[in-house]
Amino acid sequence: MVRQKIVLRFPPNIVEEPILYMLIKDYKLMVNILRADINPRKEGRLMMEISGDEADYQKAMSWLKQKGLTVMNLEQQIIWRSDRCTHCGACTVICPTAALNFKRPEMTVRFEEDKCIICELCLRACPARAMETLVDNANFR
Amino acid sequence: MSFSKTIEEINEKIKKGKAVVFTAEEVIDLVDEKGLSEATAMVDVVTTGTFGPMCSSGLFMNLGHPQPRIKFNEAYLNGVPAYAGVAAVDLYLGATSLPPADPANRNYPGDFLYGGGHVIEDLVAGKAVRLEAASYGTDCYPRKKVDTMITLAEINEATLFNPRNAYQNYNVAVNVSDKTIYTYMGILKPKTGNANYSSAGQLSPLFNDPYMKTIGIGTRIFLGGGIGYVTWHGTQHNPTVERAENGTPKYPAGTLAVIGDLKQMQPQWLRGLSFLGYGATMQVGIGIPIPVLNEEIMGYCAVRDQDICAPIVDYSKAYPQREPGNLGLVTYADLKSGEIIIKGKKVPTASLSSYAGAREIASTLKAWIEKGEFSLTVPAAALPSAGSGIKLNTMPQHDPEEGEEQ
Repeated sequence: MVRQKIVLRFPPNIVEEPILYMLIKDYKLMVNILRADINPRKEGRLMMEISGDEADYQKAMSWLKQKGLTVMNLEQQIIWRSDRCTHCGACTVICPTAALNFKRPEMTVRFEEDKCIICELCLRACPARAMETLVDNANFR
Repeated sequence: MSFSKTIEEINEKIKKGKAVVFTAEEVIDLVDEKGLSEATAMVDVVTTGTFGPMCSSGLFMNLGHPQPRIKFNEAYLNGVPAYAGVAAVDLYLGATSLPPADPANRNYPGDFLYGGGHVIEDLVAGKAVRLEAASYGTDCYPRKKVDTMITLAEINEATLFNPRNAYQNYNVAVNVSDKTIYTYMGILKPKTGNANYSSAGQLSPLFNDPYMKTIGIGTRIFLGGGIGYVTWHGTQHNPTVERAENGTPKYPAGTLAVIGDLKQMQPQWLRGLSFLGYGATMQVGIGIPIPVLNEEIMGYCAVRDQDICAPIVDYSKAYPQREPGNLGLVTYADLKSGEIIIKGKKVPTASLSSYAGAREIASTLKAWIEKGEFSLTVPAAALPSAGSGIKLNTMPQHDPEEGEEQ
């Protein structure tokens, strides 16, 4: 059994193919979509949690890469720049999953990547702009 | 009032490296444990700190003359306009100044990624900043244009002068409307989805000297990681609001105007900020030492979060429309717990002022004093306090068409 949060990036020519249907039908995987940005004739991005049999999962990942999709672990998507963080805590009430939360009694902000669902609300909620994303968002605005 | 000492006596001890210094946080437990009179005899100085967004901040500069000379009519630093309505190559750059090309809220809510506070942070960090200035040319100042790179080290003066800092208490902002709003108190979610506050509470300078009995004009302070001074009471200074029994005001009250040489400050404590949908500003680190002159002063310094309260104010309507009243008072202990109750509803809280930063500032100032590097000052004059009769005015509204009596 494997359970993994991943980000799929689709080249524009694949956006119109039923990738998810194939993952479920051919590879018997359970998918839970966290976020999707899919536009016709543009690059697409799908963030989801996948679970299923280890062997099926590996086969599915190879198939996705063969189709020309990029697969990345979700944890690597949002970066907390601790050098820019002033530990005010403004982000903690905006983050919907408490991935950004306040450590008490230290009163410091911490970022628990495994809870992050890449909603990106923190990017603009942080006054010191200490949150960054590796993904170029230009295509999704 | 059995025990008392003077600032001169405390400075003698500082000079010898023998001063006993506690932060405003540490001193709470000490007073609890030893009692007020023993703690007063033992401690010489209590250090405070605050590290929050302070919009009324800015930088006076003298850039030196080019050849031929110029008298700035307008000037931009990294595209951010500075005030040029002073002498030839003097400028004042405000923390909230925005480039004319910034889309502001035309694409609501605007990002405000770079403003005056960011320029100041870049200068303190030693980065080169582009100066573009224009003039009409005069006989004595013939040059009409400059476009050059400057650094903090190369310009003559860089004097941080903040007309209003270190607010004594502040509103707790909520949004009772049905849509998200974007304010200088951060993003406020609809239906009282969060409550944002902005004070270091028990560590904040003016909560530890609520009547400004030791902090006055000329008080030497920690400012932006270097040394600065209190120059005056801050703008909007309102020390006559209702107070709790311990002397702390229940509403936003006193403020300080402060000054210091930017060249000895640190970028860690002067940070450009971008408030979504509101604008750019600067987070300023301030720490003020309080001489423990007697038991009364020590009593003020021992104030704790559960004994300081702030008003909950609706920023969707009551605040912008200047409607009086609030949604109740809440203590800083409750605010810092992460959750408060407003009209029966649990509401998560967040701070805009960094308590961890305030703590580090108070500790840094403590270390400076312990090492004998920082001595205390006797104020040249007191600041207006609770008995001053100050009344905060609203903007005068008179019809310009009516004209003046001839």
